[in-house]
Amino acid sequence: MPELGRAALLVTLGLTLYAFVGGAAAAHLGRRRLARSAQNALVAAFVSTAVAAAVLLSALLRNDFSFEYVARTTSRALPTAYTISAFWGGQEGSLLLWLLVLTGFGAAAVSLNRSWARDLIVWVVPVFGAIASFFAFLVVAVASPFATQAPPLDGAGMNPSLQNPYMLAHPPLLYLGYVGLGVPFAFAMGALLSARLDERWLIATRRWTLFAWAALGIGQLLGSHWAYVEVGWGGYYAWDPVENAALMPWLAATAFLHSVMIQEKRGMLKVWNVLLVIIAFSLSLFGTFLTRSGVVNSIHSFTQSSIGPWFLAFIAVVVTLSVALVLWRLPLLRSPTRLESPVSREAAFLYNNLLLLALCLAILWGVVYPLLSEAVRGESVVLGRSYYDFFLRAFGLPLLLLMGIGPLIAWRRASLRSLATTFRWPTAFAVATGVVLLFLGAGSSIPGLVAYTFSAFVLATIVMEFARGTRARKALGATSWPGAFSSLVSRNRRRYGGYVVHAAIVLLAIGVAGSSAFDSVADAKLARGDSMRVGDYTLVYRSLDERSGPNATEIRATLDVKRGDRDLGTIRAGKNAYTIEQQVSNEVGIRSDRLTGEDLFVIAEQIDPNGTVYFRVFVKPLVNLIWLAGLVFLLGSVITLWPDRREQRRLATRTTEVGLPATR
Amino acid sequence: MTLALVLAATLAVACVVVVALPFLREPDPESDELDQLDDEERRQLELRETRDRALAALKELEFDHRTGTVSDEDYRAQVGPLRREVAASLQALDPEAGKGPPPAARN
Repeated sequence: MPELGRAALLVTLGLTLYAFVGGAAAAHLGRRRLARSAQNALVAAFVSTAVAAAVLLSALLRNDFSFEYVARTTSRALPTAYTISAFWGGQEGSLLLWLLVLTGFGAAAVSLNRSWARDLIVWVVPVFGAIASFFAFLVVAVASPFATQAPPLDGAGMNPSLQNPYMLAHPPLLYLGYVGLGVPFAFAMGALLSARLDERWLIATRRWTLFAWAALGIGQLLGSHWAYVEVGWGGYYAWDPVENAALMPWLAATAFLHSVMIQEKRGMLKVWNVLLVIIAFSLSLFGTFLTRSGVVNSIHSFTQSSIGPWFLAFIAVVVTLSVALVLWRLPLLRSPTRLESPVSREAAFLYNNLLLLALCLAILWGVVYPLLSEAVRGESVVLGRSYYDFFLRAFGLPLLLLMGIGPLIAWRRASLRSLATTFRWPTAFAVATGVVLLFLGAGSSIPGLVAYTFSAFVLATIVMEFARGTRARKALGATSWPGAFSSLVSRNRRRYGGYVVHAAIVLLAIGVAGSSAFDSVADAKLARGDSMRVGDYTLVYRSLDERSGPNATEIRATLDVKRGDRDLGTIRAGKNAYTIEQQVSNEVGIRSDRLTGEDLFVIAEQIDPNGTVYFRVFVKPLVNLIWLAGLVFLLGSVITLWPDRREQRRLATRTTEVGLPATR
Repeated sequence: MTLALVLAATLAVACVVVVALPFLREPDPESDELDQLDDEERRQLELRETRDRALAALKELEFDHRTGTVSDEDYRAQVGPLRREVAASLQALDPEAGKGPPPAARN
């Protein structure tokens, strides 16, 4: 039923345009029924987009190759789970997903907040309408998922590297993050347009921002794990433009989540916060543009398309109009308070913001440099890994240290004597850790050693904060230590959930430092019975076998693994030859040591007809801490996102006192 | 094809009805003016934000002092101005209530 899909998208376009134009007219003229009607249009747009999505999903599951999109992205042999993931595997489907999530988030955010922030919401609706109109226009007129053709006997299939369980969750999570950042953007623009720059837009969007940020973070970690196990080059992050595209808005959103606390606690940084929201959303649009336009060479860019100019024009419009709005409302954004001391928690947050944004801009420059160099000099110059690694160390290491310093400094101002007392134990622990590691040989990489020392410092501060807080709660009347701990976290979920997220970042830093600064690599061409050594491991190439899988021929080399004299079993690595797609993928062998977090990572780079294999083998210390960091990050995010009844009661009191409805 | 068109038409009509609902429910309302906060209500909202911010800051300072994150010296330097800030915000909301001693923050 491609006609139904096309019609549903046309209805969506009409509805979003109505939400945009009708909503703006209602807000400008102060018309109540028109405003309500525009809000209803946003909800209806979600329903009609869901109908279009259901049509596409049904076509995918039925292998209806009369849909060009279905024929291009799937085949009859493709397993059902990957057939579903083809929804977001191609450009048209992923744009439809963008629109579906955007209209869903828009309808939900407006419905949840329209009673208590009604004067703000009337201006938020047209902003959502405008953004959704752009995406609806793209899927109606530029990249329709419902184009039809005479059906071929079978589809072209899916890129083999996308046939991985991580692809079921990684792209949708990134889209939830990208689109989720549209919610704080729409509310910020609504606040500027309505001149309602009180705290309500921050309160209304706090959990949306956290959700989007968490989804982006977890989506990136899943993507890293996908690259690690599937792409088969021996790493998990290659500073690829498409990877960077997801990292940049996450960094900007991280800066916002910190600086928004300064606005909430001190009423400062209003302009900065609005600018960060604009930057984060613009970068999420830029990320979608990079992924979908094919304008840069990327291992993750699976399409070449014509949507690039449309996206660039839209990004230009978004940036220009939003910055113009900020300038227009500048007098209303002036803060009543000023930074009292450069040694205070808000100052530490500010330094954190500057470093995060500097890192973000350095990455952005690295991403756009090949495009600019090609435009100016006619030659595309790609900035390599050393460029990014330099800035990661220059900005990332101080950021890591600030993660430990920030929570231990008082708001407003802190005396040096107080700082000396507070930092005494974490500093001693960090220095001791550094010295021990130096004696253990970690001095072979100074940045790695510094990262470990700073990580020890941050972990000590986190443990100390939890311990002191629990003790204080116990002294205040908690009946037991677990009760005191639970009370501590539940009374300030953002603060203590934030510490858990900090712990995740520390684990990530340790994992990245260990696996990149202290890894070993060896390669060798082996015939059966030959052996090679890497680190403490000895590998003996035993056999090569071949079998037919559901949609590929699987060739695997088996190697015996020993560490010293201890037999660790076997490891298998090889290649898959995909019949329909006519492509070959590396299928790496990984042996994880759960106790030390170390991986033995084997790639069968080249398999000769006579059975000799060219192996590349890595030993990656502590790499599994990166994936553990993902779980801890998820835990911290859930704690911070969990509804806070005390805060809701406080807001209800505030709004009822003014005569607004108590519920959101 | 025909079924698809019927479904599409049904969807379009349903969406139009949903959008038109505010006008269908109230064809001739007494007032169609948007219910906006007036200047006084906005001022009251901002005053309450200031009050809540000051109270939260005082509460956090008390707790950080209790945990040892804030030293006695820093606590003494900050608690006075913060209490005055709370009192000022309460007085701005209710000039009579603000004349009493500033409240201690509860944890």
